[in-house]
This record gives sequence, structure tokens and C-alpha cells, in this order.
Amino acid sequence: MHPPTSTPRCFALVDCNNFYASCERLFRPDLKQRPLVVLSNNDGCIIARCALAKQLQIPMGAPLHQVKALLKQHRVAVFSSNYALYGDLSSRVMQTLEQLAPKVEIYSIDEAFLELSGVEACQDLTDFGQHIRQTIQQQLGLPVCVGIGPSKTLAKLANHATKKYPQFAGVLDLSDVHKRLHVLARVPVHDVWGVGRKLAERLQAMEIQTALQLARACPQQIRKKFSVVLARTINELNGTACLTLDEVQEPKQQIISSRSFGQRVLDKASMQQAITLYISRAAEKLRSQHSYARQLTLFLRTSRFQSQDPFYGNSVSIHLPAPTADTRHLLQAAMPLLDQLWRNGYRYAKAGVVLSDLCEASGLQTSFFAPAPSERSEQLMALVDQLNQRQRGSVFFARQGKDGDWQMQRKFLSPAYTTRWDQLPEVN
Amino acid sequence: MPFAPFFASQQQPEWLGSPTVDSDRRALPLYLNTVAAGFPSPAQDYLEGCLDLHELLIKHPTATFFVRARGDSMRGAAIFDGDILLVDRALQAQHQDIVIASVDGDMTVKRLLLQPQLTLQAANPKYPPMVIADGTDFEVFGVVSSIIHQLKR
Repeated sequence: MHPPTSTPRCFALVDCNNFYASCERLFRPDLKQRPLVVLSNNDGCIIARCALAKQLQIPMGAPLHQVKALLKQHRVAVFSSNYALYGDLSSRVMQTLEQLAPKVEIYSIDEAFLELSGVEACQDLTDFGQHIRQTIQQQLGLPVCVGIGPSKTLAKLANHATKKYPQFAGVLDLSDVHKRLHVLARVPVHDVWGVGRKLAERLQAMEIQTALQLARACPQQIRKKFSVVLARTINELNGTACLTLDEVQEPKQQIISSRSFGQRVLDKASMQQAITLYISRAAEKLRSQHSYARQLTLFLRTSRFQSQDPFYGNSVSIHLPAPTADTRHLLQAAMPLLDQLWRNGYRYAKAGVVLSDLCEASGLQTSFFAPAPSERSEQLMALVDQLNQRQRGSVFFARQGKDGDWQMQRKFLSPAYTTRWDQLPEVN
Repeated sequence: MPFAPFFASQQQPEWLGSPTVDSDRRALPLYLNTVAAGFPSPAQDYLEGCLDLHELLIKHPTATFFVRARGDSMRGAAIFDGDILLVDRALQAQHQDIVIASVDGDMTVKRLLLQPQLTLQAANPKYPPMVIADGTDFEVFGVVSSIIHQLKR
């Protein structure tokens, strides 16, 4: 257990409301009053709903064919997932947050933790949260909620509460102890960050129903009965920050491998090596949580803080032909993306790789055109991981050639409004 | 956390460095270190890199969107069919700005008038001004900051 830090910490969680649905609405003001849902890859099932669609009780995860009648009856707008659009808007949100807060951890495509320690000395935190909210609303047209607290767990919980209680107007600061107790008493324990459904059932058997009851449980006892992670959650709920800005505790929906370079990168060969490394790392993380990725994003940029250098930053995404955790497949997909992004003559400060649209091995949907991950591929990757665990860097991949592409089923795909010249929104 | 080497030689490539935030290393002028045989170019001291249109046209990169103009309603403001408009959402729309706005669900480009009453005005006598009545579903999407008009040949 970490000892309590001497100076009080302060974190915020910024979360985009119904992110995919909000992205789809941005260039479609005609859909403002209509319910809207977004489908998974291959238009399989519903993965995002706007507030109106939630009111209609269209179930999350429902297969499209099961809810077709309901969608038609309520004139629900249906979209295939458009990760090019979501990825671009996500990176704009994150870059805007980087301009507003001293430290930012991108937690998922639509969520970021901010470290605000010290900000409270010069500005009221609720005002600061409102400023974030208004800036993102004005500049990107996307609604966000901001939860603030002395630990990441409390920031996450505050964010959750802003969505349930409209009186907070999208911003809730739980720095104040009395306010915190009131809110914790009203949050069910399964809504606490890191407490899943199974864990919640076991806790409920011990008469722990609310976040407040969990906060008041004995950490030593919880540690013995459950885990050190849950004991840490108790400390976090009581306002002691145990997690810093980069640590995470649950399987990620998205894996990011990115670094700022120690020295600027000027040539493409070096960038290829960096990207190869990032992909290898990201794929390793992917395999360690037994997931497969269906979406790959590559980004690079020069430094924003050196005004004498010209700025260039760009990102590009691709749907993978089949879900994969094989480093070779990911590399094969990434190199053409780099060709697309690369511009000579810039001093690159940062690059990275994002694996998203993850799925578990059990829920793997394979298609006719793309074979299931082969056993040989699994074995090879397991061997690579094993060797690299013993001695990092003992096995690595070289650049590989291109392969053919094929299109998946995306019947309701909106235009790539922000990433393709031929698909810009049109105005009269 | 020590940075684990990636190359077989176990040597950390110097360009990769350790996972830090942006270093404040100073940028060197282009070509400073190249030495040409014979006389150095007299222009060498004056090299400044090249001009970047992004730098000129886009003040707020994360808040700038591109849209394509259609029709002839703004030809008086030099916006023609097929032009690309740069829309800066970080700018607060002011009287007389050319804006992208949505009216009852339609996106349009027009001149915004705030006085004497809220109006969208075309720049072509063919189109009458559109007075925005109270209760209309109206929203300014962003302010047009530049027009890109490409000449075809």
C-alpha cells in the first residue's frame, strides 16, 4: 500500500457523452431531435446510443436484426461505426485537453484523466470544469462531463454522478468531504471504478451495497478477502490518491503505445523502427489481456512548443481485415499508414499506435473472407512473448510487405467528414 | 522505469531516448551542419525552411473543420461552387462574419447579421435575406476564416 502523499492531489475525468452518437450528429443538425444508434463492425449489433435512443430502451449490444422493427417504428437513425471520424474527433478532444490542463492521460477513445493538483489554488475547480466543458462544446461541438476529486477513483465516480444527476450541469467536484459522503451514499457499489458485476455480488453478500459502505469497509479485511487492488480502491474512495496519472487497473478498451522521442526524428527509416517497436509493444499488451484488435490508428506530430519549427501532426486509422493479436498482421497494416502520414522535412517529436475496437477471444466473430486467428499464429506469438519476457528485445519484427485489402460490411457508414477531401460536409 | 532496449545490440537508439515529455532542446537551423565542397552558398545564412499554408490559414488546428461550398448564393463574397471553406470554431461569431449555420436542420453558409435583427444574408441578389424568427432551430456551427478556390486547368 502506498503511504498517503503529503500534498493533496487533484484529478479530473473528462468523458464525452455518448461519444460515437455525438460524433455522428456533429455534421447532421437534421438529426438533432432524432434518436440515433451506432452499429459494431459488419453492422452486427448496437454499440452506442444517443440519449433519445436510451430513453426508447433500445438495448445496448442488441443484434441489429432483433431490433429492426423498433428502430423503424421510432425513426431511429442508424450508422455503421465510422472510426475514421471518431478517431479524428477523439484526437482533437485530447489535444484540446492538453492545451487546458497541465497533465493528461488518454484513458480511452472518449475519456481522459487530467491531473489538476495545484489548480485549485488559482481557480475554483467547478469553474475550471465548466471552462473545459464549454471549450470542448464550442470548439468541437461535443458534450462532455467532468468529474473532479482527490483520487482517480473519485474523479471517475464524480463523472458517473454528473450523468445521473442533471443538477450538477455536467461538472461535479468531490473535493469537499461532506458533498462526497452524500454522493457516495447514492452510488451503487457496482458503479465504482474497478468493481465489476461479480465482485459487486460478493460485496453485496457482505452487506456492502453502496460506494459509501465500501469506503467504510476495513481495508485490511478487504485485502485478505479480495485483493490489494480493491483495498486500494477503498483508500481512493476516502480521498487518498494511490493511482498516479498513468496507472490503470482494468482491461483496456483501447491500447495506446506512444512516446515522445528523446531527440527529434528526421528520417523515415527511424520512424519505421519506432512504429515497429510501438506496434510490438501494443500487440504484446493486447495478448497479455487476451484481446484482439479490429482497428489500428497511427499518429505522429512535431513539437507544439517550439514555435520556430513548423508544426505538423496527423493521424490515420484502418480497419483490420480480421481481428488480430498477431504482431505481423499489425505491422503489415501499419506500414502503408505511415507512408500516408509521413512528410519529409519535419522534426518529429512524438508518434504512436492505438489499437482499438477490441474483442475477447470468446466473442470472436470470424468472417468468410478472413480466417480465424490460426493456432500457429497463436503459438508463434506466445513463443515471442515468452522469449521477450525473459530478455526484452530478444525477438523483434522487421518490416513486411503489403497485402490485399477488402471491405467489410458497412451499409450505414457516414462520410469521413474530417479526414477525406472527397467526403467533406457540403453547405449551400 | 528503465527503458528496455529494442535492438538486438541492446544499444538504445539515441533518437528514441527515454520516455519523457518533450525536451526543450533547441532546434537547429536547417542545413547548418552540411559542408559543401567549394564555396559555400551565399544564401546559406538566409535559409529559413519553407512556408507552410497550415500556419498561414489555420490558427486553431483542433477547432478548424473543412466544408465544401455548393451553389451560388455567396458569389458576391467570392465563395463559389466547389470551394473549400475553413471553419474556425474557436472564433466567436460577430456581426458581418461569414458563418456556417444550421437552420431547421440544414447547414448553410451565409453572412451573419446580428443587428437590427438576427439574419442570414446571402451575397447574391437572387436570394432574399433569411430573418431568423424566435423559436427557429438555429445554431452557428463556426466562422469561415478562409476560402480555398482552386483554379482548374
